Amino acid sequence: MFSWLEKNPFFFAVGVFLVIAFAGLVEILPNFAQASRPVVGTKPYTVLELAGRHVYIKDSCNACHSQLIRPFKAETDRYGSYSLSGEYAYDRPFLWGSKRTGPDLMRVGNYRTTDWHANHMWEPAKTVAGSIMPAYKHMYTNVADIDTAWAEAETVRKVFNVPYNTEIPLQDGTTAVVELKDLAAEKTKALEEAAVIAKDMKRKDIEAIVSEGKIPEIVALIAYLNSLK
Amino acid sequence: MENRLEYDYSVAKLFMWSTLLFGIVGMLIGVTIAFQMAFPSWNNWLGEYLTFSRLRPLHTSGVIFGFTFSGIFATWYYVGQRVLKVSLKESPFMMGLAKFHFWTYAVLMTVAVVTLWMGVSTSKEYAELEWPIDLLIVVMWVSWGLSIFGLIGMRREQSLYISVWYYIASFLGIAMLFVFNNMEVPTYFVSGAGAWYHSVSMYAGTNDALVQWWYGHNAVAFGFTVPIVAMIYYFLPKESGQAVYSYKLSLLSFWGLMFVYLWAGGHHLIYSTVPDWMQTMGSVFSVVLILPSWGSAINMLLTMKGEWQQVAANPLIKFMVLASTFYMFSTLEGPIQAIKSVNALAHFTDWIPGHVHDGTLGWVGFMIIAAMFHMVPRMYGKELYSKKLMESQFWIQTIGVVLYFSSMWIAGITQGMMWRATDEFGSLTYSFIDTVTNLFPYYLIRAIGGTLYLTGFLMAVWNIYKTVTSSKAVAESSMQNTTPMGA
Ligand code: HEC
Repeated sequence: MFSWLEKNPFFFAVGVFLVIAFAGLVEILPNFAQASRPVVGTKPYTVLELAGRHVYIKDSCNACHSQLIRPFKAETDRYGSYSLSGEYAYDRPFLWGSKRTGPDLMRVGNYRTTDWHANHMWEPAKTVAGSIMPAYKHMYTNVADIDTAWAEAETVRKVFNVPYNTEIPLQDGTTAVVELKDLAAEKTKALEEAAVIAKDMKRKDIEAIVSEGKIPEIVALIAYLNSLK
Repeated sequence: MENRLEYDYSVAKLFMWSTLLFGIVGMLIGVTIAFQMAFPSWNNWLGEYLTFSRLRPLHTSGVIFGFTFSGIFATWYYVGQRVLKVSLKESPFMMGLAKFHFWTYAVLMTVAVVTLWMGVSTSKEYAELEWPIDLLIVVMWVSWGLSIFGLIGMRREQSLYISVWYYIASFLGIAMLFVFNNMEVPTYFVSGAGAWYHSVSMYAGTNDALVQWWYGHNAVAFGFTVPIVAMIYYFLPKESGQAVYSYKLSLLSFWGLMFVYLWAGGHHLIYSTVPDWMQTMGSVFSVVLILPSWGSAINMLLTMKGEWQQVAANPLIKFMVLASTFYMFSTLEGPIQAIKSVNALAHFTDWIPGHVHDGTLGWVGFMIIAAMFHMVPRMYGKELYSKKLMESQFWIQTIGVVLYFSSMWIAGITQGMMWRATDEFGSLTYSFIDTVTNLFPYYLIRAIGGTLYLTGFLMAVWNIYKTVTSSKAVAESSMQNTTPMGA
């Protein structure tokens, strides 16, 4: 059979394709629907948080940081409770990372604050002696792209039914709603949220930029980091 | 052979030069980011454009899609014509297609480099490019496929040689993986706002991770394994004048590899939130994968049976024999890391880049370099410029690889042990930063290893450049096996 296949490239190619496609079909398909169900308390990202997530991706923080806490005592002691599949239901793309040059950030919002990030991102080694994390000073002047963040929120709401403007059950039995209005309204809202963060950052330059109606990347990034819980 | 075919190497040559160019650029960035891990101030020499995190995707894309894929295409346009006994000269259409393939590739790689540098990224490893570039990639890839099947359609040699099996598999495998992993929705077209090139993944969270590592792992299969095996099956027998040791073994390892490889992707997700059975499958199949991998490697090493003096005499054979050896080493190390308890320690540590690099530097890099050395004299009708230079390059690069993986072993295991260490009361012994500062010496050794490898690569580029520009002319017909080399 094999020597016949080697003389018949078409069937050879079909054979190869079937053999390699098989594993994907068996392994990936059955789990699909189930893994995408959110756990109680998982909320979609706000527009400002999404803009921060885009900054995180733009500067590939995931090259050095994971967002996946494995179920070992050493990890839960260090980072908090281990990750559940449903917590990632609104993560497009997932940002688990593959290398922990820096610590896991899955729940960094629980133990780091806005002003801590404001200092740390500017000059990590000044906050944590011996840090090899790059300084990200350009984020303090580059302006975040709120339009694209809104575009993404609107897209996932329309295409994937991500529950914006919907009551979402929380762990304590109450509910919460993440609103998604039109672009203009969302821009205003993002600017208001940014002003609060800028104030907590205790940096005059950032406050000045925000008061001009622009949102520096660092502000969006911190909004995102604070949402990681 | 009477009536020798006149092969056309113009496209093979173009791809060879892009192999060398991307090799230099990709490895230079690699060395830079290696030094940044030891000396973080290097991050801030050029504002946002020289940070580790901006450069890292440029490094991986540069060496994978630039260096390795150029090498794959260069060897295809060389080997394909020869083993199928057809010439691109015979068909203006196939010739045009091959040129079209190269130029779409050149354009898309240029756009890729610029956009990644600007930070336009989907974040998915080795699939960072945004959708417009993905579309270009599809066009480029399809033109390669047409070229493969077109040449096969015209062939005079009825039976497909082993290398051709592997090129076909590489084409099909990457096509399937790429399409599914890059399913994304352009946000501008749905919402009418924001950047037109931005997109959002079709999959969320755990699903996205599953698809990504099915892709990520198998991109290694169909980019770093399958086409490189295609190369060694052609170049080693050709250069040594030895027949492939066992046809049965090639058959067994080919179909074995095709079947087993795809299951092993789950080992990237051990102890993550994907279902347990998938993690276990990933683990088990990774171990089974040793069989077909070693099958190919042993087949290659045994091809040299009775002719081991050639290893000492011919640096090209040295490169290929060491490449097979690193392939065996790497395909043993991988499965070990896939064992659950080992993975618990190794995952997320520097041992992983260590493993990647004994495969890529030792196996992929050496094989591509050997292939270039074999092809250049035949494409340009010149003898290789300097054998001595090749010999010293071999040793410099080998020492580079050894420094790289040994330092990363130690770094990775140290890191893994420190993360989990607890004192007598059960609380964590080390703060995270302790585990970082501890690694400084290993990061430095790794960077030095990388520098040595890059130095060796520059020597190869110089050697090839001198071969083309100022070496002695030799008739192609007199280059049956051992490549002629100047002192
Ligand atoms: C070269 C690797 C590297 C890159 C890239 C990197 N980091 Fe870090 N990061 C580290 C290291 C190492 C630490 C630990 C030392 C420290 O706190 O500075 C760290 C720590 C942190 C911490 C503190 C976490 C904690 O639990 O104390 C945060 C937050 C953080 N990084 C965010 C980011 C963000 C956001 C980015 C992307 C803009 C980023 N990092 C990019 C290496 C990196």
